[in-house]
This record gives sequence, structure tokens and C-alpha cells, in this order.
Amino acid sequence: METLHRRFRVNGETLEVAFAPQRTLLELLREDLGLTGTKHGCELGECGTCTVLIDHLPVLSCLVLAAAIDEEQEIATVEGMADGKGLHPLQEAFADLGAAQCGYCTPGFLLTAEALLEENPRPTRAEIQDALSGNLCRCTGYVKIYQAVEMAAAKMRGELFELSEEALCGTR
Amino acid sequence: MMRLPRFTLHTARSIEEAMARMYSAGDDGMYVAGGTDLYPNMKRRQMTPGTVINLMRLGELRASSGSPSEGIRMGACQTLTELVRDNRVARHYPALSDALRVISTPLLRNMGTLGGNVLLDTRCNYYDQNWEWRRAINFCMKKDGEICWVAPSSPRCWAVQSSDTVPVLVALGAQFRFLSPDGERVVSAEEFYRDDGIKYMDKSPQELLAEIVLPPADPDLRGTYRKLRRRGAFDFPVLGVAATLKMDGDTVAQARIVLGALGSAPIVAEKASNVLRGQRLDQDVIEAAADAAYGPSKPLDNTDFAYAWRKQMVRKFVKDALLNLKSK
Amino acid sequence: MALADGNRGRVVGQPHRKVDGPAKVTGQTKFADDLSMPRMLACKLLRSTMPHARILRIDASRALALPGVKDVVTGAEFPIPFGILPVSQDEHALCPDVVRFVGDPVAAVAAIDEDTAFEAMQLIEVEYSPLQQIGSIDEALQTPSPRIHDYGEWGNIHKTVSLEFGDTDAALASADHVREDVLFFEGNTHLPMEQHASLAYVEADGRLTIHSSTQTPHYLHRALAKVLEMSPAHIRVIATPNGGGFGGKSDPFNHEIVVAKLAQRTGRPVKICLTREEVFYCHRGRHPVLMWIKTGFKKDGAMTGMQFRSWLDGGAYGSYGVASTYYTGALQTVTYHVPAYRFEGTRLFTNKPPCGPKRGHGTPQPRFALEVQLDKAAHDLGIDPVEIRRRHLAPANSVTANWLRIGSMGLGACIDKVVEAARWSERYGKLPHGKGIGFACSSYICGAGLPIYWNNMPHSGVQLKLDRGGGVAVFCGSTEIGQGSDTILASVVCEVLGVWPLDVRVITGDTDLTPVDLGSYSSRVTLMTGNAALQAAERARDMLAEAVSAKLEFPASRMVFADRRVFDASDPARGISFAEAVQIAESRFGTIGTVGSYMPPRSPGRFRGAGVGPSPAYSYSACVAEVDVDPESGIYTVPRIWIAHDVGQCINPVLVAGQVEGSVYMGLGEAMMEEMAYRENRGVVHKFPSLLEYKSPTTMEMCDVVSILVEDPDPNGPYGAKEVGQGPLLPVMPAIANAVFDAVGVRIDEIPVTPEKIFKALRGTGRVGPKSVPSAHPDYSPPPMTQVPPPWKGGDGKALEPREVSRA
Repeated sequence: METLHRRFRVNGETLEVAFAPQRTLLELLREDLGLTGTKHGCELGECGTCTVLIDHLPVLSCLVLAAAIDEEQEIATVEGMADGKGLHPLQEAFADLGAAQCGYCTPGFLLTAEALLEENPRPTRAEIQDALSGNLCRCTGYVKIYQAVEMAAAKMRGELFELSEEALCGTR
Repeated sequence: MMRLPRFTLHTARSIEEAMARMYSAGDDGMYVAGGTDLYPNMKRRQMTPGTVINLMRLGELRASSGSPSEGIRMGACQTLTELVRDNRVARHYPALSDALRVISTPLLRNMGTLGGNVLLDTRCNYYDQNWEWRRAINFCMKKDGEICWVAPSSPRCWAVQSSDTVPVLVALGAQFRFLSPDGERVVSAEEFYRDDGIKYMDKSPQELLAEIVLPPADPDLRGTYRKLRRRGAFDFPVLGVAATLKMDGDTVAQARIVLGALGSAPIVAEKASNVLRGQRLDQDVIEAAADAAYGPSKPLDNTDFAYAWRKQMVRKFVKDALLNLKSK
Repeated sequence: MALADGNRGRVVGQPHRKVDGPAKVTGQTKFADDLSMPRMLACKLLRSTMPHARILRIDASRALALPGVKDVVTGAEFPIPFGILPVSQDEHALCPDVVRFVGDPVAAVAAIDEDTAFEAMQLIEVEYSPLQQIGSIDEALQTPSPRIHDYGEWGNIHKTVSLEFGDTDAALASADHVREDVLFFEGNTHLPMEQHASLAYVEADGRLTIHSSTQTPHYLHRALAKVLEMSPAHIRVIATPNGGGFGGKSDPFNHEIVVAKLAQRTGRPVKICLTREEVFYCHRGRHPVLMWIKTGFKKDGAMTGMQFRSWLDGGAYGSYGVASTYYTGALQTVTYHVPAYRFEGTRLFTNKPPCGPKRGHGTPQPRFALEVQLDKAAHDLGIDPVEIRRRHLAPANSVTANWLRIGSMGLGACIDKVVEAARWSERYGKLPHGKGIGFACSSYICGAGLPIYWNNMPHSGVQLKLDRGGGVAVFCGSTEIGQGSDTILASVVCEVLGVWPLDVRVITGDTDLTPVDLGSYSSRVTLMTGNAALQAAERARDMLAEAVSAKLEFPASRMVFADRRVFDASDPARGISFAEAVQIAESRFGTIGTVGSYMPPRSPGRFRGAGVGPSPAYSYSACVAEVDVDPESGIYTVPRIWIAHDVGQCINPVLVAGQVEGSVYMGLGEAMMEEMAYRENRGVVHKFPSLLEYKSPTTMEMCDVVSILVEDPDPNGPYGAKEVGQGPLLPVMPAIANAVFDAVGVRIDEIPVTPEKIFKALRGTGRVGPKSVPSAHPDYSPPPMTQVPPPWKGGDGKALEPREVSRA
């Protein structure tokens, strides 16, 4: 049985891996590289949970063949989002607003949102809903996720973000 | 986890290499582009090629050429996202743009290609299931079994044509250009699809889809695509209506209505189109056309939604498509 | 203990970041499938392809011969049955003789990797002898033989419940208006994003540890001890953070017991992660329930009495189903006053994946029936649907006909606020054709009053360890399933001791380390773990207060614990740091550790069946849903839902809001599109066990949510807090069905409310729903009804001697 031996750029670092030819990127990350931050909900492309970025493009790692990735392609997973000194504004916002409840879909949402904000720093609510329409969540009902993306987007634009307690917690 | 079976992936660096590898793999080889259709099928053991040839590094297949006035030639391996963002498509072939936008999800569109969508496997609730599930029903005619479970006494398979772009490409009169060791072949989209769930394409496995050729853009040609599905993302069409229209003053000069996701092949609704020709787009004419499309439609119980209701929706969606075109 | 400022304390009542937030957003949280150990083996289960069959022969020899396969087990290795309820211990880790649904596990493989395990599975030969399949409620009633289980009420009737509280026939006879309706609620499933996973290993000294994605480590602990015939003292169950539970991870499961056994047999760690399809087979989701409801009304809408019958399609095993059956009849009385009440429930066995507890556990179905019937009655009587409810609320601090003690009851406030926010009176019945609004209310328990196995021990225990450095460790058997249970513990402890969440380490769900908590189900966690944590923290504070008071010489009654200090309320500068306070106390008392526990008060019901329904408190919700229906197709959207929830007190309002929004989302999914469908004519296979075809709302379907939180503290809750994890889901489904009626004038008496049904109703009789109730088998005699006089008829909570009752 053939084993492939390749180099991958993951979160800004070059890693060498030996792996079976039919491994998906999801399996490579989790099982060969120990990067378990990327999760899986179906492995068939039906939920978005396994989203990672390849050259800033959000894709489903369960359907990407590790063997099809070039050495120069930059793979970004949730483990690489925080820059060592602090959390990414999206991570801060998701944590602060409770947009991560069970947290299982969270890495996929964070990376999809990161890609959105890179391309569109000022998304409307409808644009956020559209960009995230390929990620399923069963806990949040998406509301806090939208608010967290808007909050992070404002912070990244260097703007003040007003979220009234009513918008955040409902009327008390 | 659902995992892929063992196989070898070759990333082709030239079209010649791709075709040579395909030739030597024979029956055991398949081409792959985005992988969003093939890999789930492989994980479910619906397809188990030993050799898979990756076409996504072939620059010629990833680019468009031509122009709206000559007709755009779209490389088969352009991703759906790239094409959604292609302003020329949006401006000159609006029906195709309509269809591209509603395929699956943004993430899947980042990976999937137009070629993959054009060659999409036919789908069925009895077929798009894991291996163990299919074994529990003794498999089916399309794969490993003998009976078509949605029509058990039928001699043929009834898996459903499930691409959004296909009805539009048929309506527009697009063509497909294939490459193979025997040379080049161009076939019209309309003639390419067959009314059979298993042999649904006029294509040999050795043929490589290189380009989708659109006709010269006609500024007077109105077009639209309507999709019926349960949710606003992920879901395949359970009814697709592609409609194009050209007016001559107040009356219809040309009309083409093509229905998707109702049968194993896209259905050109000739009767409906005939009703429109030479007529004004009045309410009663539109409804007559919708009725003419409705009559022959025969969806079966192998997709989401009750099939009797899907049939009713033919009338409604054709009507809506025509009203939309009227207002353009 | 009261909060400093109304509903806002320093931590409790404030929108703090949840304690597990940072770990979850960085991918640091280890879910069960993220765990790995050296020499770990992968396990896969071989499942039945027959809906009902006898196993004649299993031949695993070819599988065992495959290189990389370390072990294969079958039912022969698991002779001892288990099950979540003591009365239905009807499961085996692998079927020993009979398979009861497509997906029932029959063999298991442990191999060096999943690919090898999968290949080995194909090499196991199983020979079956088919038995008659039973695929529906009707079929189960009419087919007493073959019995799917050799226990139960009769034939394939698993359980019946027959209770009457007062003379309901007389109550109906005295009504001005009587409505009789039949409704159906299809089954649906939890669909957590995380698939079930477990990792088991045996230490060198023979003790077993299992990490599992479970909501109920304590019950898993008991099941493992029973099946493996080991002392529970030598088994450690660690609940990993659940990637969603919703009740789907509350049973002890085949795969958990199998990996434990395989770890013992191979001497190596063994892990399993289920595929999504297998999660559908685990199921334990919402029972499909057919319901008949007959209610008498006075002209002003007051109910005179209610008779309710439910038939539950239980699937192939008991699971929580006996409790579910009772739940379909329990909470009808806690929202509006019901003077006389009769309930008959029947659970059937069928050859499908077993049903169990899903968010709401047996109460969403009858709530749907009741709220839709009320809407119809309001129309019949010419009363506004809001008024018919608002006028006749069950009173606070009262006992219902079926002996449930209601404490705080904020439904009136919820109704007032939601109706105002949604501009109900301006819009109801006045929107253009196709647009409509609908109203519904509901209630839910804050923890079951009785544990699953009867005993007199606490339902929740908390231990605190105070460190000289000022850190506090909180130990509790609860499990974090995303609802914020870890944050509840930290928040309560912080509020009492005056420290901040970053100072608190929460250790949960570990049967070796943490005191028993029964688990994350029945919305018990905030109330029960919160109260236990409150007691432990107050005891710790008292010890510190005593020590500090002696040292600093001011009375404990003036002592304030805040901002990591302990100081004099009348002279704040006079105080010490929290860490110093701990050191002083440790010097005085020795090592500081406290415990707290909670047991619910005894409920007043004393009849058989009184155990299901009671709760220390009930939460309430009122909901207005707006729909937009296209009459030509039946396709509809839900643009907005207003929901008011009586939560007592928010421990953390942003997390409460998240639960409200998530509940509305899940209710929306159930109302519009979720269903567990089976192909009866194809061996009762699940029609679509995938995330693509089982429809769960995406961002494109989710409505706007306007949330209103009513905080009227309940003395039984910690700081007055009640539940929020399940209650807000319940009114959503009937509100949507009622909104469809307002929009286009048709009644869909079924969940889900789909475009096909609306289309059919518009072109047919104006209603889609079940036509009749099922008939009993001619040979079946139901048991006599248990008569329990309600409180106002001089009842004492006990049943009368049995006698016959005529059935309407």
C-alpha cells in the first residue's frame, strides 16, 4: 500500500507528513497532524462543520484530497486564528456573545466568517446570512453568530460597535 | 467517520497526461474536478474507481475564452463561485447566473465546477445512501441491484437529473466540447442527456469535458431560472424551470421552457413553448403554457417533497418564470 | 440570597463571557473524537439490515483472519441487559438473538484503524430468519404477535397510563361548548452536530475508564457496572463536552458498552465515533404521537374539563419511553386552570430506532394539541385567542388537578409583553390574505422531581476546594452540552464568594472526581446544580466569615465578599484579600472544603404515575409567530417570532437569550421541516439518514427573534432562577400552525406544517390532519382507570380503590 510523503503549509508553518493516498484534508489535519480543532459532522459535504481556509478560500476539508494540495497552498485552521498574543476579533466576539454554545460548529463558522470579512469588511446582515448559509448550527439559531460577526467586523474596521443590552439579551 | 476507499489520485499537469492516464486506467479510472459529487459517492461506495485523475491544475480548463458577441467558452473546471462572480455571465446570460447562484452552498461552490455540475450524477433517495443502507434494501438497479425501487416493475432506472445549470444550458442552446484519444467532439446540451437514470449521458468514460460553449449573447433574449427546494441552501432542485423568451413587439417570437429535476433528463417543454409563440404574454396565455408544461410532467417518489405536489408546482413555477420574464 | 441590585448581581444577572468560551473558539476544547491514546484501536459496529428477525448464525472467522483485526464480539459476550429506566432494561450491547430495527447492532470489530474495521465488518456473515415487521402505531395495536419484546402491557403495547382527576364526563356535560380534535406530531431527532463518540481504556491495575460524549455519566456508570459485572468503584466515566445533546446523548448506549468490553478484552484503548447515519439509528428522539383531545368550555372560554389520549410510536426499545408516555399527559394543567382531567396514554413498540427524550421530552406534542384546540375554541366562541388564555391562567402557588405544585407563574406577564411587542390586537385577523400571526403558550419543568432510579439521595452535589492562592475549584457531576452548565456553577460561586470566573476552575462530569449529578436532562441543571453550588459556596463563605470576623474583629453580618476582597460594609477600606481570608480560615479550621447538595421537595401526588410531572418550579413562555404563506403553492416563510419567557432570574442573560433563540430555531425546524420518516414497504428503513435529506434550518430559513425575559424570582431556584433550555421551544410549533390559520384559513393539525399540506388543505376541506383515533385489538382489555380526586374535591393526592369508568 502506497504511502505519500508531502509537505503542507498549515497556519503559516511547513509540516512534513506521511499519509495514505486517499486521506482527506480533514483526516490529515486531525489524525496525522493532531490538529483536532477542525471538526466533522457528516464527512459528506452536508453541514459545513469541517470548513478550513485554503489560500483564504473557505472549503470543506472532508472533500479535499490531501494528495491534491500543492506545497505552496496556505491552509488555515482555527488553531491558527489567534496570533499568539490574543484572540482574533471574531473569536473574542463569539466567546463574548455566547455565539459558541456547544462549540462544535464554531471553528467552521469562524473560518467562513474570517474569509467573508477579508473580502467584505462591511457586510450587511443579509450578506452574512448568505455567506454562512453553508454552515449548520443546532444550538444558537444563528442570531448570536450574526451579532458576533458584526461586532468583530466593526472592531476590525476600527469602529465602535453599539450592541444594546436589549439587542443582546432581549428585553428584561 | 465516513472514509474514502483506497485509490490513487493523479494530479494531471497537462491534458495529454490526463487522457493518457485515463486510457491506461480503463474502466477503473474516473476524472475529478471539485470532488463535491464524486467523493461523497465514493464514501458511500456508489463509485469505487481505483484511479482518479485530478483536472484542477489544468490551466486551459480553468479559464474562459471568447466573448459575449462570439459566445463565451467556459472552461469546465472553473469553480461555480468564479462563475457566480463573472460579470459577463451575469450580464449576458442572466438565466445561467440565476442557476449558478442557487447551487448548494457558498462553500461547495468554492470547490465545485461547472463541468461537474453539467456531468452531475443522477440522484435518488434509494441510491444516494450509504452502502449498508443500500444492502438492507438489496441495492437497486442503478448500483449493485436489479430493481428500481421507486418503480419496481419498470425495466429502467428513474434516478433524477439534479443539476441547476443543465436545464438552462439546454434552454440556451449551449454545447459541450469533449476531448478524447479519438479527438474532439462537440455535442449540444439538448442532445447530450438521455432519459435513463443509469445511462443519462451521451458520453464515453474516456471523454474529458473541456468546455461549455455558450451561444452568442442575445441582448433581446430574456432568461430566468426558478428552483424548488425545501431550504435556501444545500438542497438539490426537486423542480427546476429554465425559461427564455424573445419578444417581437408585443408578441412572443421565441420561447423555450426546459424543466429540470422531474425526470432522468432535462425535459424540453415543447407544448408549453408552442403555446407562447406568436401570442401576447397575457395572463391566460401564461396559464395555458403553464398547464401545457404541467400535463406531461411525471415526477416520482424519489426526492424530497410529495411528488403529487411537485407536479402541481410545475404549473406555478412555469407561470412565475414567465411573469418574471414579462417584467424584464 | 438576594442580588445587590434587583435582577443584577456582580456576576449573576450580568452578560459575562461563558467560562468555556475561549477554549471553544480556539479549538482547544477536546470533544470525545478529538481524544487519542497510544496503541488505540478503532471500533465499528455491524448493524442489522432487517427490521425484525431472529439471528440464526454469526460467522466472524473471516473478519478475525483479516490482518489488523484484534477482536470481534457479538451478543454472546453481552448477556446482561441494560436500559435507562429500571422498568425497561430491554437492551443488550449487541443483540443476542433478535434484531428489532434496521440499525440494531449485532457485532463489533476492534482493529488497528477504521478502514480495517470497516473492511472487517463486510466479512462478518450474519444469517437472519425474518419475523413479521411492525411499522406503525396501528400495526402495533393490531399485531399482538410476534411480540417485539417479551415484556410490556400486552402484545406490542409497551405501556399504558390511565389516570382521571375528577369526573371529566360530568365536566364535559356541563360545558357550554365541547371540542373534540385529533392531531398528530411526527417524530423528529436531535441532530447534534457532534456525532456520538467514546474512548475506553483499562489501566494496568485493571480499572476501566471511558471518555464519552454523554449527557448522563452517572447513568452510564451504573449501566457499565451492571453489564460488565464490575464494581462501579473500579469504573470511571468521564463525560467529554458534548457537541450538542438535546436529549440524544442521555441513554447509556451500545457503542459505549462495546468499547469498554473491547478495551478489557484487547488490553488496548478502543475508540468509536459513529457516522451520521448511525446517529440516526441511536435516535432516542421525539416520539411520533397521535393525540385525541376533548375539552369542555364555558362561554367565557374557561375550561370545565379535559380528556386527553395519546398513542406514542416508541420504536424498538424502551429508552425513556415510559416517562415520555407520562409526559404526554402531565403538563396540560399547569398553564390554564383545568378543573377535571383525564389522561390515557399508550406506548407501542415498533421496528424502528427507539424514541426517547428530545428537548421538551413528551410535552411538545400535547402542547401542540392543546394550543391548537384552544385556538379553534376561541374561534368557535368568538373570543380572542390571547384572551381565552389570559383570563383563565392557573394561579401561582397552587396545586393542579393532577397534583402538580405550581410556584411562581409568570405566564400572565409573558402574555402581556409578547402581545404588546407583536402588536397583536392591531394585526390579528386583519392582515392581508397570506399573512398571519398566531399565538401559543407553554410551560416546562425545571428538573424532574424524581430521579430515574428511586432513592433518597441528592439529585445534585457540588464540592468546593478553596486554595490559599485565592483560586476556587468547583466539582460537580453535571455535563456541559453547550447550554452553559459550567458557567452556572462558576457564576453562583463567584456571586457568593466575591471572586471572578477566571479564578474558578470548574471540573465536571467525572465519576471518580465529582459528586453525583444526575445529568443534563429535564432542564434540571440551573436549578439543581445551582442550588447545590449555592449551598456549598454559602458554607464556604460562612467559614471564611467566621475566621475573618474573629481576626479583624467586626461582625460577619457586615461582611461583604466582592472584587476578590472580604471587607466591612460600613468601612470598605477595612478588609483583606480573598486569598488572605482563605489562609486565615485554613489556619483556623484546617483544609477548607465544603459540599452542597440538592434534592427537590416532595410533590403532593401520591398515586402511581405521580412521579412524572412534578418539578421544583415551572417556567412559562408565550409566543407570537408571524407567517407569510403563498396560497398558490402552500410555500411559506416565518419572518419573525416574538417570545416571552418567564425565567425567574437570569444567571447570565446573554446565555439565556442564546437558549431562547436556539429553542426558537429548533421549534422552527420541527414546525416546518423536520421528520423521521421510514419506508414501511422497504423493510422500514429510515428514508433519509443524512444531514442533507433530514431537513434542518439553515441561516436562510431562520426567523428574526424578538426575546422578552420575564424575571419574577422563584424561591425554589438559585437566586430565583428557572430553566430556559427547553421551555421556549414548546409554543413555537402551535404558534406557527395557528398563524397559518390566520393567514389562509386552513388548519394543519399535524407537525410538520409543510407546503404540501397547506396546498392540500386550501384545495380540499380546509384541514389536513388525522381523521380518527386508532382502534384497539378486539382481544385487548385495557386496565381500569386510576381515579385520583383533585385537590378541590377533598383529594389527598392518593388514588381511590379501582373501579370501572365508562369511556366517552
